[in-house]
Amino acid sequence: MATLPLYAQFINLLAALLLLLSFAMLAQRRVLSLIDLFAAQGLALAASTAIVAYGTGQHHLYWSAGLTLILKVFLLPWILYRLIRKLDVKWDVEGLINVPTTMLIGIVLVVFAFNLAAPISQLASTVTRATLGIAMACVMLSFLMMITRRKAIPQVIGFLSMENGLFFAATSATYGMPMVVELGIALDVLVGVLILGVFFFQIREQFDSLDLRHLEKLKEGE
Amino acid sequence: MIEILAVLGIPLAGSLALAAVGHRPVAASVNIAASLGTFVAAAVLTARVVTDGPMLVLDKLFFVDPFNVFLVALTAFVGFTTSLFSRPYMRIERERGKVDAARLRLYHAMYQLFNFTMLLALLTNNMGILWVALEAATLTTVLLVSLYRTPASLEAAWKYFILCGVGIAQALFGTILLFFAAEKLLGAGGGALLWTELDAVKSQLEPTVLSIAFVFLLVGYGTKVGLVPLHNWLPDAHAEGPTPVSAVLSGLLLNVALYAVVRCKVLVEGAIPTAFAKNLMMGFGLLSVVVAAFLLSRQKDVKRLFAYSSIEHMGIVTFAFGMGGAVANFAGLLHMTVHSLTKSAIFFAVGHATQKTGTQLMDGIRGLITTSPVIGWGLMIGTLAILGMPPFGVFASEFLILTTAMREQPWATPFLLVALGVAFAAVFSKVQPMAFGEPVAERLPHRPAMIPVFVHLAIVLMLGLWIPPFLADWYRQAAQLIG
Repeated sequence: MATLPLYAQFINLLAALLLLLSFAMLAQRRVLSLIDLFAAQGLALAASTAIVAYGTGQHHLYWSAGLTLILKVFLLPWILYRLIRKLDVKWDVEGLINVPTTMLIGIVLVVFAFNLAAPISQLASTVTRATLGIAMACVMLSFLMMITRRKAIPQVIGFLSMENGLFFAATSATYGMPMVVELGIALDVLVGVLILGVFFFQIREQFDSLDLRHLEKLKEGE
Repeated sequence: MIEILAVLGIPLAGSLALAAVGHRPVAASVNIAASLGTFVAAAVLTARVVTDGPMLVLDKLFFVDPFNVFLVALTAFVGFTTSLFSRPYMRIERERGKVDAARLRLYHAMYQLFNFTMLLALLTNNMGILWVALEAATLTTVLLVSLYRTPASLEAAWKYFILCGVGIAQALFGTILLFFAAEKLLGAGGGALLWTELDAVKSQLEPTVLSIAFVFLLVGYGTKVGLVPLHNWLPDAHAEGPTPVSAVLSGLLLNVALYAVVRCKVLVEGAIPTAFAKNLMMGFGLLSVVVAAFLLSRQKDVKRLFAYSSIEHMGIVTFAFGMGGAVANFAGLLHMTVHSLTKSAIFFAVGHATQKTGTQLMDGIRGLITTSPVIGWGLMIGTLAILGMPPFGVFASEFLILTTAMREQPWATPFLLVALGVAFAAVFSKVQPMAFGEPVAERLPHRPAMIPVFVHLAIVLMLGLWIPPFLADWYRQAAQLIG
């Protein structure tokens, strides 16, 4: 097999790192560490975007990388940290249901994602097309994380990490969306997190905790 | 072009102004004025498009054709009438201490911002901006649904945010795949997400990628349409938010999300030779109709009841667009219009009824015709209209959809007929005692704002008896556009 250019190998490395971080998030019990992992994922994403920009000469991707860096490595983790400090709840450790099983399901999802991505990857003309499968796997793992978590902040981190996976899909399959769209998406994510921050306070005010088991009262026929 | 800027600018400016000045007694009037301004601008835009044909302006950023301009007009109109209803409704909520001044400020600002995001979603030519606008619409409505800050409303808003957030993330993936397929033909510039450009080259787009993209787009935007099995957020959000919000959610947001699905379907249909997209939409639509119809009979909360009825009707429209063809599309567009008008009218009546009795449980609402004839008759007539009784417009559109289904998709007809029958039995048996039963509530101290209800119902009645030629012509053009 012909060797890839150096930058493409770097991207593959970062893609693998992204997938690894997704698995780590799936198994992480401590909320603060979860935020660190999310920031690390953002860093890997920003780095890979910057490398794609350098390697292919797509200069608008530098902007996109910068945006990712500011938003996902600094701003969002900072907001989440602040929220946790302000909320001051004893909920650092979260009981997870059956980590090994979750991991096994995660592996199945990765296989599925690669299968789904295979026909699309073959059509791609970008050097980074092999990473599309990884991007889809990240999206699915974040989805799994949202399903298995019972507390509000880990669910939101799962949601944000899904957004990371999608961004990675966009850069790896197409060299990034048009700038105006990326800005719009970034704005939506930021506003969404701010709204959720306000929300957390209200949920805690009402229920004295951020455990989502309290939010399962609305049922059919009641 | 100036009309488009006005349609988008007025609600945006209104939102900023309402957020900036805080809650004053005039805020509700400013809200009405901004909505009226939007409606006037939308009417002018409509007239322009009807006479001059489709518009593509501002560096191809906005695109108006008969299909979306009809939804723009509908959105602006229902937005305006809802703001009329919302003034007395929210005043009473305030007097009862359910909301304070700060909340009302949020409510009015978000109401206008919500209108802005919907109009932006309808008018933009860029599939990416369409996604951004729909996500923003989710965010604004999350704040509106949680306005009362009760445990139930927080739960509803949280469910809404997470489900629609995940759903719309799928749609983003679909959009990325669409961009990926188009980029090869249109180049990596901004052009590859413009709907008009995509439409021009749709027959050359890669079929495999487009079919995968459509699955993601349908699931994503379908979550917002409330298609079964992605409908879980919808009844909660409708039941726990303020009633004007329920009215605009049912009447407008679902339409806008369905509009996004249909725009995608047009592209995919052009790219794939098989009936894949059609079948998928018909399947989802039919499933929604049937499931929602059977869930209707289990409801005890009046707003949940009509929320399920919205799922049912959105299913019917999705099914109609899935069938495609001139008649089914015409009927689908007509059904979108009459459903919007009727459902928001019902929610207005329901809002007054629940305020009067202080409960949303149907067992607690009895004998409205005796205690408050206008509300009672408004609710009764609205219910008959939404159930598809002739001579209302809903009958006309459902009849067209059914007869087309008999001709083109005969297998689906029994499902549709049974579901419509079940829905009729369930809703009518529940609403009938609410209107005619033994009265329990005393008279309302205020005069209910029933003008919007009867204006809506009058239009629906008119559409059932006689569709004005310009409107029929307009529907026909739109039906042709969406294949």
